[in-house]
Amino acid sequence: MSGGRRQETNEMKTLFDKIWDAHVVSEVENGPTQLYIDRHFCHEVTSPQAFNGLRARGLKVFRPEKTTLTADHNTPTVDQDQPVKDPVSKNQLDTFARNAAEFNLPLFYPLGHVKNGVVHIIGPENGFTHPGATIVCGDSHTSTHGAFGAIAFGIGTSEVEMVLATQCILQSRPKTMRITFNGKLNEGVTAKDLALYMISKLTTGGATGYFVEYAGEAIRNLSMEERMTVCNLSIEMGARGGMIAPDQTTFDYVKGREFAPKGEEWEKSLAYWKTLKSDEGAKFDKEIVFDAADIQPMITYGTNPGMGMGITDSIPTLDEVDEAGRISFQKSMEYMGFQPGEKLEGKQIDYVFLGSCTNGRIEDFRIFAKFVKGKKKADHVVAWLVPGSWMVEKQIREEGLLDILTEAGFALRQPGCSACLAMNDDKVPAGKYAVSTSNRNFEGRQGPGARTILAGPLVAAAAAVTGRITDPRN
Amino acid sequence: MEKFITLTSTVVPLPIENVDTDQIIPARFLKATNKDGFGDNLFADWRYNKDGSPKTDFILNNPTYRGSILVAGKNFGSGSSREHAAWAIDGYGFKVIVSSFFADIFRGNALNNGVLPVIVSPEFLAEVFACVQANPTSTLTVDLLNQTVTNNVTGKSETFEINAYKKECLLNGLDDIDYLLSKKEQIEQYEGEKNN
Repeated sequence: MSGGRRQETNEMKTLFDKIWDAHVVSEVENGPTQLYIDRHFCHEVTSPQAFNGLRARGLKVFRPEKTTLTADHNTPTVDQDQPVKDPVSKNQLDTFARNAAEFNLPLFYPLGHVKNGVVHIIGPENGFTHPGATIVCGDSHTSTHGAFGAIAFGIGTSEVEMVLATQCILQSRPKTMRITFNGKLNEGVTAKDLALYMISKLTTGGATGYFVEYAGEAIRNLSMEERMTVCNLSIEMGARGGMIAPDQTTFDYVKGREFAPKGEEWEKSLAYWKTLKSDEGAKFDKEIVFDAADIQPMITYGTNPGMGMGITDSIPTLDEVDEAGRISFQKSMEYMGFQPGEKLEGKQIDYVFLGSCTNGRIEDFRIFAKFVKGKKKADHVVAWLVPGSWMVEKQIREEGLLDILTEAGFALRQPGCSACLAMNDDKVPAGKYAVSTSNRNFEGRQGPGARTILAGPLVAAAAAVTGRITDPRN
Repeated sequence: MEKFITLTSTVVPLPIENVDTDQIIPARFLKATNKDGFGDNLFADWRYNKDGSPKTDFILNNPTYRGSILVAGKNFGSGSSREHAAWAIDGYGFKVIVSSFFADIFRGNALNNGVLPVIVSPEFLAEVFACVQANPTSTLTVDLLNQTVTNNVTGKSETFEINAYKKECLLNGLDDIDYLLSKKEQIEQYEGEKNN
């Protein structure tokens, strides 16, 4: 797809500017921009009220082929071939199916469909996600798709209704920030560690109001899947979204996927995609630079993703916390059952969760399987290994990873968001500690009273084997 | 959407920072297919014990504090994009949230539901918390037309930002869909140009 209304000026533009400007339909006087949306992803939890809205206004879906629908948030991860037991969940899933049928939406992937899975995993793997596109979904981790050099961000249900009705939304133009990671990542440090490190430095609200471009050698060296992990977590520092300029890694990933451009259209798209990078000298509203070599395997100790530290570090003491933030800090320590100043390495844990739109891709399972190969899961640990999609599940089987995992005492569940937000039965019990590869350690996120320690797939694998918070490099 | 013009009310103070949308409305309450009833589960895990009885130490269960203005610590509404958080706040009866900082998506969702997020300075916020602690009948006045928020105890007033378009929407009770539907022709024109 070509860029449409690109403004030909001599002005140096950021990657974000180029894509945004190509999608402006109109500017509202003294107000937001009317932005055209190329791809809308939709799931069962944040869409029913939007369809109700369409019905109430007597509207159709404007461009049915531009919406991709999958059930993922409120789905069981066992017995997916059986009727869903929870009647309230079943009603939501049935409503989703009825809406897709009533509004004639052709790209509908319900529970059990071969293309079903976590929305931010099935989008890229089926080739719906393209460089230069504007992508939205009623889900804050839509930022994941920015890994392809797209403007991708989460929206509310009112905005889902706007996109269904008009393929547009109204958005104020965010500020731009570039975060550069110079140098190379150390051995045993994953993309998740890079992201948790960055969020711990910026804090959970540190990028609010900004759209972030990630750059630098350490970013360029990441695989497509690792880039998705980094962009996925942009929202955890408040950013509107995160993006990485497309390059050969991106093009190689997209090429040949089912909904990727083909033939002449591919060549035309590729030529445009190659122009998608920030011009030399383009101005960002904020620039931050990190040295990738400073990053260690990370864990979180508190109740927001900004409360992270190197796995061998200690929790801050009360004196090290800003006065205005002390009530919240103490509240989080009480919730987690930790003491300020405490080290967490060696601490016993109860649950391990591998999965989610952050770390539920095939590479995450490869990392996990490679570590646990020839070892055994700790007896006291409950491990939930949840592939992000049926396609990932198939790869796990085909690559022989399932045999390795089974041998080490692990079992695979069926695809879905699962314990990341615990809408289904995959809830960590109150007071239990879960080392989780997901994206949020908020109070109650993984079940009422559950205590979440966010980490990458490697730290999760080490914890699953030892039953303790363990530095995977040892 | 209901119109919003001006409001004077006592306030409910929540001096906690980074209140995320999982606290505002936990994920297990997102199984509904309409917008009703979320107010009953606003802050559910802070508000109720496991058996459903109210936690007496939580502010919403303290009859001393009532009002249609919620005053919260900085970075209110971080995390998930769930609009259910705005429906829960609206459903409970809050019309205004005052904080020194809001997360982006939540702020947009609130505005799309006629709930006004008012950004004040950290000093103003701290003073409101102090006034309410000293006297729970302290009130704030929020005037959308003039974009001012006034602490009626100290008389101090601040102006707050809101884009002119959103302000008109709130003052007139209009929403974005009405606007976008009026732009159908331009959308089709854009699509035509893009495909050439």
